[in-house]
Amino acid sequence: MIAPPKPDLVTVNIDGKEIAVPKGTNVIEAARLVNVDVPHYCYHPKLTIVGNCRMCLIEMGMPAVDPVTKAPIIDPVTGKPKINWIPRPQIGCGTNVSPGLHVKTTSPMVKDAREGVMEFLLINHPLDCPICDQAGECKLQEQSTGYGRGYSRFVEQKNVKPKRTQLGPRVTLDDERCILCSRCIRFSKEIAKDDVLGFVDRGSYSTLTCFPGKQLANNYSLNTVDICPVGALTSTDFRFKMRVWFLKQTNSIDTETSVGANTVVWSREGQIYRLTPRRNDDVNDTWMPDSGRELFKSVMSADRLAATTHLDARVAEAAELFTLNASAGSIAVVGSGRSSVEEQFLTKKLAAALKASTQLVSRVGQGDQLLISADRNPNVRGALVTGLISKLPKIGDAPAASRSANGDAAAPIRTGGLTDLAASIDAGKVKVVVSIGEDLVAAGLTAAQLAKVSVVYLGTHANATSAAAKIVFPTLSVFEKNGTFVNQQFRLQKFAKAVPGPQGATDDLIVLAKLTAAASSAAMASDLGSLWKLISAEIPAFATTSYAQLPETGILIDATPFAALPFVEGETLHYKPAAPAVALTP
Amino acid sequence: MAAPAQRRIIFQHIDEPGYSNDLACYVRNGGYEVLKKSVTRPPAELIDEVKKSGLRGRGGAGFPCGVKWGLVDRKSGKPIYLIVNADESEPGTFKDRYIMHQDPHQLIEGTMISCFANNVKQAYIYIRGEMPHGARILERAIAEARAAGFVGKNICGTTYSCDIFVHRGAGAYICGEETGLIESLEGKRANPRIKPPYFPAVLGLYQCPTIVNNVETLCHVKYIAEHGGDAFTKIGTPNNTGTRIFCVSGHVQRPGYYEFEAGKITMGQLLNEVCGGPLPGRTFKAVIPGGSSAKILRFGERFKGKRKVGAEMVDYDWGVDDVPMDFDSLGMIGTMGGSGGVIVMDDTVNMVEALANINAFYSHESCGQCTPCREGSLWMKKITTRMVHGQARNEDAALLKSVADQIPGRTICAFGEACSWPTQSFIAKFGDEFKQYPETKKAAKPVGAHELV
Repeated sequence: MIAPPKPDLVTVNIDGKEIAVPKGTNVIEAARLVNVDVPHYCYHPKLTIVGNCRMCLIEMGMPAVDPVTKAPIIDPVTGKPKINWIPRPQIGCGTNVSPGLHVKTTSPMVKDAREGVMEFLLINHPLDCPICDQAGECKLQEQSTGYGRGYSRFVEQKNVKPKRTQLGPRVTLDDERCILCSRCIRFSKEIAKDDVLGFVDRGSYSTLTCFPGKQLANNYSLNTVDICPVGALTSTDFRFKMRVWFLKQTNSIDTETSVGANTVVWSREGQIYRLTPRRNDDVNDTWMPDSGRELFKSVMSADRLAATTHLDARVAEAAELFTLNASAGSIAVVGSGRSSVEEQFLTKKLAAALKASTQLVSRVGQGDQLLISADRNPNVRGALVTGLISKLPKIGDAPAASRSANGDAAAPIRTGGLTDLAASIDAGKVKVVVSIGEDLVAAGLTAAQLAKVSVVYLGTHANATSAAAKIVFPTLSVFEKNGTFVNQQFRLQKFAKAVPGPQGATDDLIVLAKLTAAASSAAMASDLGSLWKLISAEIPAFATTSYAQLPETGILIDATPFAALPFVEGETLHYKPAAPAVALTP
Repeated sequence: MAAPAQRRIIFQHIDEPGYSNDLACYVRNGGYEVLKKSVTRPPAELIDEVKKSGLRGRGGAGFPCGVKWGLVDRKSGKPIYLIVNADESEPGTFKDRYIMHQDPHQLIEGTMISCFANNVKQAYIYIRGEMPHGARILERAIAEARAAGFVGKNICGTTYSCDIFVHRGAGAYICGEETGLIESLEGKRANPRIKPPYFPAVLGLYQCPTIVNNVETLCHVKYIAEHGGDAFTKIGTPNNTGTRIFCVSGHVQRPGYYEFEAGKITMGQLLNEVCGGPLPGRTFKAVIPGGSSAKILRFGERFKGKRKVGAEMVDYDWGVDDVPMDFDSLGMIGTMGGSGGVIVMDDTVNMVEALANINAFYSHESCGQCTPCREGSLWMKKITTRMVHGQARNEDAALLKSVADQIPGRTICAFGEACSWPTQSFIAKFGDEFKQYPETKKAAKPVGAHELV
């Protein structure tokens, strides 16, 4: 890895603690580095600074210098440099560090300013926390507890504003709760590039609204809910469903594209309630697409596959099938770019034991240059690095898959890449197809072709392939297992099990390990710890990696062996393709 | 001591019989001669004259105009814009309107000289939305001046070109704040910008260096270009050079506009002699000396301290009548010269009701961007409105003061001060009246008092 150039460091003093921070850092971020909390509402590290909430007011000063000699003046009493404190509090968000800057965040002036701002923010706020979805993760709640006075002097009528406005298909607005921080407006304008939100009216009657005739309907609209510091913007889907303090948080990865946005799965008692983005400054900042937030809904769907027979019985059945077709090339393995690195590694082992050909199903859609990339498989690069495939899967020309990303209806996803396999089946060469979670019909094989072969299917949901399969192994969704993906940047990122799988479903790794053992008559590990020992021993790019030590934000792995491959992704957030993306023929 | 005579520089032709606002009349009275001369001088020389003159901005803050011009970033390579702040909205102020209505070419000439001095190629006159007539007059005047070669391409036959556009606001007090004005001119909501980094002199209109000057200030520039900076310093008093226009309104015999040398006239002379004193049978109670956001002065209070006269420090002991009308003296006694809007109140005025009126204005005009001003101004309005029209409580005075104290110095722009200073000063000086208001309400109103709206 190439180390980034060393930034110019500036030494500042925050509450008596000296710290060197990069030039251009603002005081809130500098204070964060010394574990000093500067409360704020409107400031967001990924948005422009407007300085309108005034919560981050703090006392600042610069060392006094002699006007003639330019030498610092030393206070004779303390023996330390004399500080010229600015008589008014200054905003931490809008002030960048400068050499020698001194900051006080606990002085009486700061305390008074915070109490004043907190009181002002609360006078027209409904204080309906008991029925508010934001309760428990509300900045206004937290900071009024931390920095407010604890009592109200307001005896007048509160302002009345619209309640439960539908801003778009997924976002509901309660204007009375809004503290007018303008984060959502800035997000829509600057990040989503869909300038639809604004304030109307003036002063305390200012009201957040959509521009006439517009809707907050872009595929990033729910990020406004995440960044709303209060309960004004709420997710229409999640609101009134569950108290956030009951929910367990599990780190995961958005599997809808190769961007690999980092996410958090919020679940309780085996049920997932929502997905939110997790900050990773190298991948998705603090954002994620709305479409990715819906993925958990399929976990509970009625068409989940469930086994009725014992796993070992089905493995034995498969072993028999494998033995009958032992000649090289008569078995084909269809791997998946949706499988984890570990699963792909085992798939490769299985294919090798079966002397089978391997192929991957490609999914290509339209990128949005932000967090949806053209490659809709989360882990094609994992298949390359593990050696499951050596070249990219062919781009299919099959019609749109049934489940397309939200708000992307105009650009259907082209699923395919199995033309060679189709030819081999037609020629009668391939007798058995092992599909790892891929619906072969959706990927372009015909029902007639499927009828010619015996299909062994590992998958989560019922589909044409599972219906046609001879042996079905119900497996787990990404929310029900542990694993890793390699995203478009060649960043290895891990996801963790949030909820248990349904009855009758088995972890993919166990199924694959058992099948491999049956095919090669040698035991194969199926737990991540043992598997990663094998993986790091065998694959140079992962030589020093283990699942347990992988940081939550992932690590970049060596991508040079694959630099020449024609990846389909165009530019997205924090990703520039090495070569221009291949043009899709209509 | 008798009041000095008016010294009309800016208002020389205002309300002059037979003087009209067209180009012919202006040229007949020597108009545009200064511009013709100025465009032949080096621009730096003009800037030096303005710096020498000590001219202070007439918009309200009294910031030295030469210093403002000196801060402009001239090395960025970006165009420099000049904006004429004609959004005269401070209650009690009506001087710029007279200039624009009756002598628009004086403003255009001053603007063009300032543009030439600062190498500005594009100037805007941002006029208040409530002044449609003024905007029409200015449009016509600019068209006349353009046809005569005083505005537009090749001014006065030189290679210098500069155009002026009139932009009408939509009726918001906050558009008078220079960065709010710039936002509005860019077509956005007039939310003032944070400073740093958005100082107009560096990152102003369209992120280019920008000069924002008041109408009256630019007219003074014309005078300075004509007579020189040194001549200007001889008018008025040191550090308060030139003339000031006072817009006197309220309970005096002769309200109106009066132009005097700055600091040469006292409040007492202005109100009692020039304006004819209080209405018959009344006495002065209070005066706001510089637009409604300036802190109020109570007749009867004394101001003591030391002030600089020449090089010496001299003791002063003034009543309200003795205060010289200039930026520094008014600043010393805890108020400000502001925009020159002198609002006089006599003994029929109840201070709670007067403050309710002022608070209603400021809460209506707060842009709503930053928390203390947005919430504080409306809260204060709700308190004073309740006191006047509903239940007044004894503790309201202390609450009002406490709310007002939480606003100034913590906001993005000076509106925080503008909306809190009236409350702070009314409570400080008429606190008893606020405490007694629950009883006052029950009694009959004094004769001649205005009906509450």
